[in-house]
Amino acid sequence: MIKSFRVRGALLTGLFLILFLGIWEMSINTPALLGDQEMSEYEQLAGGGSQRSGVPAPSEVITHAAAALSDPFYVRGSNDMGIGIQLAHSLNRVLVGFALASLIAIPLGFVIGMSPLMYQALNPFIQVLRPISPLAWMPLALFIIQDANRSAVFVIFICSIWPMLMNTAFGVANVRSDWLNVARTHELGNLRTAFQVILPAAAPTILTGMRISIGIAWLVIVAAEMLVGGTGIGYYVWNEWNNLDLTSVIFSILMIGLIGMVLDMSLAGAARLVDYQE
Amino acid sequence: MSRSFLEVDRLSKRFPAPDGGEFTVFKDATFGIEKGEFVCIIGHSGCGKSTILNVLAGLDQGSGGNVIMNGKEVSGPSLDRGVVFQNYSLLPWMSALSNIIFGVRARWPQWSKEKVREHSEYYLNLVGLDKAMHRKPSQLSGGMRQRVSIARAFATKPELLLLDEPFGALDALTRGVIQDELLKIWGETQQTVFMITHDVDEAILLSDRILLMSNGPEAEVAESVKVDIPRPRTRSGLMDVPGFYKVRNYLVDFLINRSDTATTGEDGRPKFINPAADSDDSGATSAGAASSSGKEQAPQAASSF
Repeated sequence: MIKSFRVRGALLTGLFLILFLGIWEMSINTPALLGDQEMSEYEQLAGGGSQRSGVPAPSEVITHAAAALSDPFYVRGSNDMGIGIQLAHSLNRVLVGFALASLIAIPLGFVIGMSPLMYQALNPFIQVLRPISPLAWMPLALFIIQDANRSAVFVIFICSIWPMLMNTAFGVANVRSDWLNVARTHELGNLRTAFQVILPAAAPTILTGMRISIGIAWLVIVAAEMLVGGTGIGYYVWNEWNNLDLTSVIFSILMIGLIGMVLDMSLAGAARLVDYQE
Repeated sequence: MSRSFLEVDRLSKRFPAPDGGEFTVFKDATFGIEKGEFVCIIGHSGCGKSTILNVLAGLDQGSGGNVIMNGKEVSGPSLDRGVVFQNYSLLPWMSALSNIIFGVRARWPQWSKEKVREHSEYYLNLVGLDKAMHRKPSQLSGGMRQRVSIARAFATKPELLLLDEPFGALDALTRGVIQDELLKIWGETQQTVFMITHDVDEAILLSDRILLMSNGPEAEVAESVKVDIPRPRTRSGLMDVPGFYKVRNYLVDFLINRSDTATTGEDGRPKFINPAADSDDSGATSAGAASSSGKEQAPQAASSF
């Protein structure tokens, strides 16, 4: 039953996809402006006279995707690199920023979660810093760090830190007192309690925070790279827009979605490893 | 009077009341437990039984009085006092065996891996869970979880075992089976046990002595009832033992009619009662001598008052 349920879901997904692509394809091959009346000069310049709209058809995108994916890692000068290279640059920034953020956020979250005093003391900072758009840090980062690539990494770092920090603190603070009592009656020291009881107990919550963080980081990297330029998928999208190559833009958008999904799925997999049922 | 293995001396618990005064849950709890003795404590909800147990465990502190075990004051949690909680308190991310290994490793950090495992498996076998040792607590029934919890407590060989209503959440059939298992392990390990229960029959089946608490607030450990029924006891045979109904009626009468007004003896210790003995020497003295402990000679099981 479950299997057939999944099969039916997949069939419907395919149906919706074909329907969507079909409507898209057809709407593009119909000229946007019909009629016998004369076009104004502006309309002609804006593409009104063309038999096709400027938005590429899905068939073109698919053809482009096949070509781009057949050689994703080519480098022909600094302004002409394969989609794989661009994605790798972005992924690299996201992973470095994310790793640095988890190195800070998880231990700090532990401290905040275990000590109500530290929570009281640090909470105002967190509440003020958390709602700041990560891109707002960019000018400051560029000025202080003086390096576009590292500034982008910093922006990823700063946007990844909050969900991990909050979730770790929450998970640690809410470990069931029964389990802490088990640690106490077994005379476990602070360090061993932290690693043998609190960490495994809070791990699912911590992983949830990491999952939210990497999602946000992947959202932010596109915008950050549009600002700093040079390399990366965000820069690539903006560059292709400047080239008016909408086929590449649409293809990149799809690739951003795919990579984001893979990132989320890998952390979801990690979360399953540490999950437990009460 | 000779000192008992565990001496609770004028223990009390007070909380600040909303009106600015103090709210006394229980006061001047004074009693002793001998080595090897199985003591149950019964009282209505709110009399502070769990608080007493938590103070004995070192997880909570009294507002006054003290607890001395083996000549040393109890001031914090220790591996010398094992606790079985009502909600099992197993670590849910570990298998049943790992939960026991967790306790054994904490108790004897110098032991080799093999020795720890062997010891842990032995205790898991004792509670009949050798086939379920690799299952997580969520894959075990309530009764099986409580068995793991009991095995963990016994495996660390504490000097005093504290059971906080261990069977409260179990159905009657499972409860009976685990009671038998508890008796069996207890018989093999010579453990000193202090247990909270709401079940009069359970208390009679298991204990050498039953402490009765009056109602809170200002509850007292009012009476100490000797269960003068020979061991080994069985659930099915208990009803036929002379004395069973005397003890049972006495307890039920206390809980229904007298728990509001009951007080300690004049020396501040619980009144010593032996309902199973003939009427002429029941409740005769509140200052009996401590007899030698021993479960094999259960009829003379230790009681020091």
